[in-house]
Amino acid sequence: MIRSLLIPRRLVMLAIALAIVALVAIYGRWDWLANPKYQALIVRGIGNTLILLVLTMAIGMALAIPLGLAQAVGPWWLAMPARAFCSVIRGTPLLLQLFLLYYGIGSLFPGIPGLRESWAWPILRDAWYYAILGLSLSVAGYEGEVMRGAFKAVPHGQLEAARAMGMPRLTIFRRIWLPQALQRVLPTLGGETVLQLKATPLVAMITVVDIYAVASRVRSETLITYEPLMLLAVVYMAITGVIVLIFRWFEGRVPQRVA
Amino acid sequence: MTTTDRPEAIRVHDLHKSFGTHEVLKGVSLTAREGDVVAIIGGSGSGKSTMLRCINFLETPSSGGIAVAGEPVSMRADGTPSDRRQIERIRQSLGMVFQNFNLWTHRTVLENLIEVPVHVLKLPKDQAVARARKLLARVGLAEKEGAYPAFMSGGQQQRAAIARALCMEPKAMLFDEPTSALDPELVGEVLQVIRALADEGRTMILVTHEMKFAREVASHVIYLHNGRIEEEGPPDQLFGAPKSDRLKQFLKSVA
Repeated sequence: MIRSLLIPRRLVMLAIALAIVALVAIYGRWDWLANPKYQALIVRGIGNTLILLVLTMAIGMALAIPLGLAQAVGPWWLAMPARAFCSVIRGTPLLLQLFLLYYGIGSLFPGIPGLRESWAWPILRDAWYYAILGLSLSVAGYEGEVMRGAFKAVPHGQLEAARAMGMPRLTIFRRIWLPQALQRVLPTLGGETVLQLKATPLVAMITVVDIYAVASRVRSETLITYEPLMLLAVVYMAITGVIVLIFRWFEGRVPQRVA
Repeated sequence: MTTTDRPEAIRVHDLHKSFGTHEVLKGVSLTAREGDVVAIIGGSGSGKSTMLRCINFLETPSSGGIAVAGEPVSMRADGTPSDRRQIERIRQSLGMVFQNFNLWTHRTVLENLIEVPVHVLKLPKDQAVARARKLLARVGLAEKEGAYPAFMSGGQQQRAAIARALCMEPKAMLFDEPTSALDPELVGEVLQVIRALADEGRTMILVTHEMKFAREVASHVIYLHNGRIEEEGPPDQLFGAPKSDRLKQFLKSVA
């Protein structure tokens, strides 16, 4: 790890990177970071970004598995709607989806009699839940397509061996088919998680306070242009690094030999 | 003991199988009693693999009857099994070995062996592991228990696959061309394992291209041609004095 950094080309890049960081740190205006109000906001923003990422990846993958399965081996009346869903999600901008959910569907609810007084109202008017829904559906659409390929790529013979040994169908899915499909998509999934992280700032457009929204607020209140953006870059890069490390660990658990 | 004293392990009666309009099996029958080693030989497309795969319903017969250990498999009129539980139980009593090994690549060799005993048959894990280790030692893979299949040779994978089938303690073994996908120098080690199983009196049905091996281990040989049994009998008779012209020709072509 250390050794691989000591190649001349890498040393030069490292020096340039350090110089930029040093310049920004020395000549930039960072006094706003000392403001407790902004400190609290930044912590909350990072927290919200992380929750959005983890939660929507989890919900999205939970939806992607049946979506992929339906497309790979399902009867046409399951495969067709699944394919249509994935096509619509993949074919339209996420920002548009969020707008349609929050300002479109969300704005219809107040017209329903009695809803404003019901228990569901605090949820239905809160942008946070629309953000979770929108981002989860996005993951489901993209990963549904990925899972379709993954399910199909598991060699038929391995499933046949399981059948020949008298494994019930659900056990075959749980113990053989799904684990192998997931193992196949791990490298893809790592990349998609990084992309999903960088899709999260879109929720700021529907008033959710993630780290991007916090940076925007700092900029408009203090009129400092670049420094909050620098902070944003550092935060997203750090989270990306953690994602990469986590997936590398997962991939290393089963030695793979590319067939 | 005469042959008729021993109980029936597998009985196939007037089995037909069509893929679309193409009839692959045109009424074949077979009886394997306990301890029998039945070898099925024949050219490619003769239906020998299909016949084997119908026994544990990896292929659905079009018509006919199959009984395992005297228990007839209940089938609907179109040949599909009507009781999935029964099929699963029967499959658990028949160890199948495939041409392409089909070990589960996401599990180590030991995990492959104990997967079904532990997670389907609900055998306690320590017992399954003990049983698996004994079997791995028998097939000469004791030191490979932690290896993943992709890192093993074809011969090692096939021996592991045989051990995986044996780990279920099956009543009979089904071999579907177990050496056809192997490099020639790896065939011997797999045949040696199969021969040891035959010698200890295991019931086996073996689809093979290894004529010499079939002659040595089989107690009964079936020659399939175009979905029909062209000739059958004891190996010395079939290989030594074939009656039908087709079998004579076939034996000449593979010699």
